[in-house]
Amino acid sequence: MFKVTIDNKSIEVEPGTTILQAARMIGGDVVPPAMCYHSELKDSGGKCRTCMVKVAQGSVADPRPMPKLVASCRTEVMDGMVVQNITSPEVVDARKAVVEFLLLNHPLDCPVCDQAGECDLQNLSYEHGTNTSRFEEEKRTYEKIDIGNLIQFHPNRCILCYRCVYAANQLTDNRVHGILYRGEKSEISTFIHQAIENDFSGNMIDVCPVGALTDKTFRFKNRVWFLKPMDAHRECTKCSGKATLWYRGEEVYRVTGRKDKYGEVHDFICNECRFEKKNSSDWVIEGPRKIESYSVINQNHYKNVVIPSVINPIKETME
Amino acid sequence: MERKIILENIEIEGIRSLEVYRENGGYKSIEKALKTMTPDEVVNEVKTSGLRGRGGAGFPTGMKWSFIDKKSGNPRYLVCNADESEPGTFKDRYLLQHIPHRLIEGMICAAYALGANTAYIYVRGEFKTIIGILNEALKETYKAGLLGKNIHGSGYDLDIYVHTGAGAYICGEETALLESLEGKRGNPRLKPPFPAIKGLYGCPTVVNNVETLANIGWIVNNGGETYSKIGIGRSTGTKLISACGNINNPGVYEIELGLPVEEFIYSDKYCGGVKGGKELKAVIPGGSSVPILPKNLMLKTAEGQPRLMSYESLSEGGFITGSMLGSGGFIVYDEDACIVRNTYNFSRFYHHESCGQCSPCREGTSWMESVLYRIENGEGKMKDIDLLVSIASKIEGNTICPLGDAAAWPVGAAIRHFRSEFEFHIQNPEIVKNIKHGKLPLTPKGE
Repeated sequence: MFKVTIDNKSIEVEPGTTILQAARMIGGDVVPPAMCYHSELKDSGGKCRTCMVKVAQGSVADPRPMPKLVASCRTEVMDGMVVQNITSPEVVDARKAVVEFLLLNHPLDCPVCDQAGECDLQNLSYEHGTNTSRFEEEKRTYEKIDIGNLIQFHPNRCILCYRCVYAANQLTDNRVHGILYRGEKSEISTFIHQAIENDFSGNMIDVCPVGALTDKTFRFKNRVWFLKPMDAHRECTKCSGKATLWYRGEEVYRVTGRKDKYGEVHDFICNECRFEKKNSSDWVIEGPRKIESYSVINQNHYKNVVIPSVINPIKETME
Repeated sequence: MERKIILENIEIEGIRSLEVYRENGGYKSIEKALKTMTPDEVVNEVKTSGLRGRGGAGFPTGMKWSFIDKKSGNPRYLVCNADESEPGTFKDRYLLQHIPHRLIEGMICAAYALGANTAYIYVRGEFKTIIGILNEALKETYKAGLLGKNIHGSGYDLDIYVHTGAGAYICGEETALLESLEGKRGNPRLKPPFPAIKGLYGCPTVVNNVETLANIGWIVNNGGETYSKIGIGRSTGTKLISACGNINNPGVYEIELGLPVEEFIYSDKYCGGVKGGKELKAVIPGGSSVPILPKNLMLKTAEGQPRLMSYESLSEGGFITGSMLGSGGFIVYDEDACIVRNTYNFSRFYHHESCGQCSPCREGTSWMESVLYRIENGEGKMKDIDLLVSIASKIEGNTICPLGDAAAWPVGAAIRHFRSEFEFHIQNPEIVKNIKHGKLPLTPKGE
């Protein structure tokens, strides 16, 4: 077992664990945010650079600090490693920079985006972003693209995390989805605008951390914070059948995989469960899905909320 | 002191062919290495020689070789990085074009030292002629029994293949090169694991620059000890410098490391001074990605010591008053050169060549380019200068591969040393708008 200390909190983990995984075991503030890493997808991670941390001490054997910040999602722990996440100003700065870069060409169209309310980028920019932009140039824009009749792709919102590429290529047999072009012009794409038609393509929607890949059967139907998530399962020959149903009143508006608090789905579901079984009678309901207390989906049921005190600079003069 | 190691005998007619190359002492090292030395002895000779990677980073070659994982039982590979595409660097092209057997000889010794039975030369796609030259040279070498099965009756087998890139600067980064060689998109990999543990096809691999490998034959022939005496301090041996820009004699020169920069620029043996008798303004000593230095800091360090062509001397003073030897692309600017336009040009290049995998480089390079475009075209604002410094500092060190650093350094350095030129561009939009091709006689000279 390797002992690793992250932001002064220690834990013993198996060799081969990454810093991010170790931080998630500790939980709380020491967990770096991650946009492109998905624990179920091989090779994912390392690209968005939001999870970068400072390694202040490499290991017991080699206590030198690492020269640069490292991507915690892909760096394995060593015995005696000391990591700084939010306790390092350098890390906080770098994270701010990455958020700024990710939002440069992002349309910030949250008011009309289906992902709003459950968007990793939204959460990230609330926490680490600024409320102004230094970017004066024109944002790059693209047309929307239909990937088959179930998924719509909004390239403007895409942050090129590659998660959907890994999902499409790892969950099914054929390599159907990849990246075209390079640099700032790169975009995710199917092979010359083909539809992705396989039983698990819907998972690309779930793994997308932003609103770039949206469920066409749910587009503009409702806002996620009006919906009530319920865990449910059904007998399915293709997948685990473990899903979350999103209700408004008695109606099921959409079916998704079960996202954990880091936005990761561990039981991928098939397209039949996702797109075709939208009646309560198709499912065995397990009970309400637990949603993190800070999420807007918990509307009116927030826990541990700090009510901001209103500061009135001219209060004294008024009195 | 004139000493030629890599370009030795290059003036001989027909040295490109195996026959002439062998008549002039070529391929002797193969016999010596394969028949009288063990692979570890070759590695040790290279370690003793103090040879450092000539691709830009300057990592000790012998040490890199000793990291290769020999215990895994997987096949080992040697890859020669001939994807030379840094603006200002053209030394490998010259070497490959004129004396390709120097590389092949070095590669055979190196592959033997590493225990690799397969080696690849990854050639930049634009080097059409060189691909032909290399294939021709390999054909001759196979015919002479210097490649293939049982070389020189030693029982050692080696095959060398030429693989061409498709014109991407990023594929010169070693892990992107390996991805490309595997037939994938040329995206750099995350390190660790390093190629010495998991490289080509997941097997232990060493990636070396053309010039690095071209030194190996000489080291085997003459011993690492002799090699380590050439040069200065930890910068041993000779280095190919590709000199270009506003000088009288642009071209590729082999210099002994430790040559004073002043002599290199002004001596008739090398650059021959600034063209047209003009004043020297600035120099980029190691290819477009290293920081630019104004004349005073280029000829002398901040402490007043003469600046030498060596890894240590050029980087003295860090990035505040120093630069890097890099890949040896020596670009000279005279008093009329416009630093802003030059910086914009580089930044456009790095924007075009970014692979788009990690966000700071993908977004940052295009942002820097558009801000520099505005300044260059008289539409800049004063706050843009600090914005550029800030963007550059936020890309630097936060990316997967060194391309992010390479894009950020030139911008940071240009503003550090020539801030007044950027201010001039912003304050005089009318003058700037009317000048089309870089010549800015009114620009204040760099401090």
